[in-house]
Amino acid sequence: MEGNIGELGQYIGVGLTAIGMGGAAIGVGNVAGNFLSGALRNPSAAAGQTATLFIGMAFAEALGIFSFLVALLLMFAV
Amino acid sequence: MATEMEEATGLTFHPMDQFIVKPLFGGGEVHWYTPTNVTLWMAVVALAIIALLVMGTRGRAIVPNRAQSVAELSYGMVHKMIEDIAGKDGLKYFPYIMTLFMFITVSNFAGLLPKAFTVTSHIAVTGVLALAVFVSVTAIGFIKNGAHFLDLFWVRSAPLAIRPVLAVIEVISYFVRPVSHSIRLAGNMIAGHAVIKVFAGFAAIAAVAPVSILAVVGMYAFEILVAFIQAYVFTILTCVYLKDALHPSH
Amino acid sequence: MISLLQEAAQSVAEHTEAAAAHGADQAGHAAESTGLPQLDIATFPNQIFWLVVTLLALYWVLSNVALPRIAAVISDRQGAITGDLMAAEEFKQKAREAEAAYDQALADARSEAAKIVAANRAEIQKELDAAIAKADAEIAARTAESEKRIAEIRESAVTDAREVAREVTAELVSSFGGNADQAAVDQAVDNRIKGAVQ
Repeated sequence: MEGNIGELGQYIGVGLTAIGMGGAAIGVGNVAGNFLSGALRNPSAAAGQTATLFIGMAFAEALGIFSFLVALLLMFAV
Repeated sequence: MATEMEEATGLTFHPMDQFIVKPLFGGGEVHWYTPTNVTLWMAVVALAIIALLVMGTRGRAIVPNRAQSVAELSYGMVHKMIEDIAGKDGLKYFPYIMTLFMFITVSNFAGLLPKAFTVTSHIAVTGVLALAVFVSVTAIGFIKNGAHFLDLFWVRSAPLAIRPVLAVIEVISYFVRPVSHSIRLAGNMIAGHAVIKVFAGFAAIAAVAPVSILAVVGMYAFEILVAFIQAYVFTILTCVYLKDALHPSH
Repeated sequence: MISLLQEAAQSVAEHTEAAAAHGADQAGHAAESTGLPQLDIATFPNQIFWLVVTLLALYWVLSNVALPRIAAVISDRQGAITGDLMAAEEFKQKAREAEAAYDQALADARSEAAKIVAANRAEIQKELDAAIAKADAEIAARTAESEKRIAEIRESAVTDAREVAREVTAELVSSFGGNADQAAVDQAVDNRIKGAVQ
């Protein structure tokens, strides 16, 4: 397993970048959870807000996808 | 990197090989006109859409059959989405948004077929889609509202002192839109397919094969969901951008 | 012509050479297994070209064939549904009218029946009254006759009794040795009987 130090750093960097996706997961979970608690309080208003829910989830998820992209770039393109 | 792992463990991971663009006939260079697997799968997608929306509705039945009701369902969904978000005047751009939605949905689903090539997993493709949305929406905004379109960046509801700061942020976020718009779609597709491929790679070891097959099945189900949701999100964000262009004042 | 062909052949040869070189390059590339296929700029023109072709074709088909057709089908269905609803409303109205007519007929029939019943009842009453009157008259006549006969019978009974009493009294008086004055005996018997009858 004797690689060079550059590859070691690359893999560590990729692993660290992957943590960013955890943040996105928390964000998306937050959005969905808050939507659900709101929807359970007022179910009649929930149906009209699903579009907003998806937009919010998309924005939260986009940042996770960015970190995924950075991980991919580190892994394959650097 | 992968070769080293192969030598060490006998596992083969080539999660990204499924995205390689190859010419259909023989090897050689990929020119702009070369028929490649991209061409093939785009044709498949286009034919599937035409089969659904044109062949499926050939009967023009009052009581629809299965294909026709799917076609009407997708029509109604996009129609309602535009009407709800962008307003009645957004319906003029309905065919454009419908084209985007059908193309993305069907290519996401087609990409889930075994051995398939996912055209929407390529940043070149989603980038063109997102840039097309960005350019057309900006053009619509300036044509419809003239200089008033710039009100989008000048937040009148905020105190005067922080408006310039907000304007800078708004401008930046406006120009980041096509980036996030395209990378979200491509990234989701890449991630899902790569994860499935990685799990499938583990199936080479007999001991973990059942687990990995179960994981592939689970991921596959999740990817079916994601394939639709990402198309939905792409379309809904297009509608939101269109709304900003048609009614720029907050 | 020949020169053109020659040129073409030459260019093809050059192309194949270049392609072979590129293929080798790609093979080396693949062996290294680095580089994301998504970031291979060389394939971008190809993808973008075919994407634009596909999108334009789809846009043309959708905006000229598919979407107008679906819109027509949906509005047809809407029209059919509204038409059916209106027809249903009409039928409902008709049914309501029919029900009203039926009710009217029923009420008419009922009042007619009531009238007939009343008329019949009056007629029957009249007949009944007549019959009763006749019966009453008959009964009265018979009663009168019976009374007359009873009175006669009583009269004759009283007379007979008086006769018997007079004769018995006269016999008694004579057998006691008295000289029975017929008129006095009769007078006494009559007085007694009058007292008994009263």
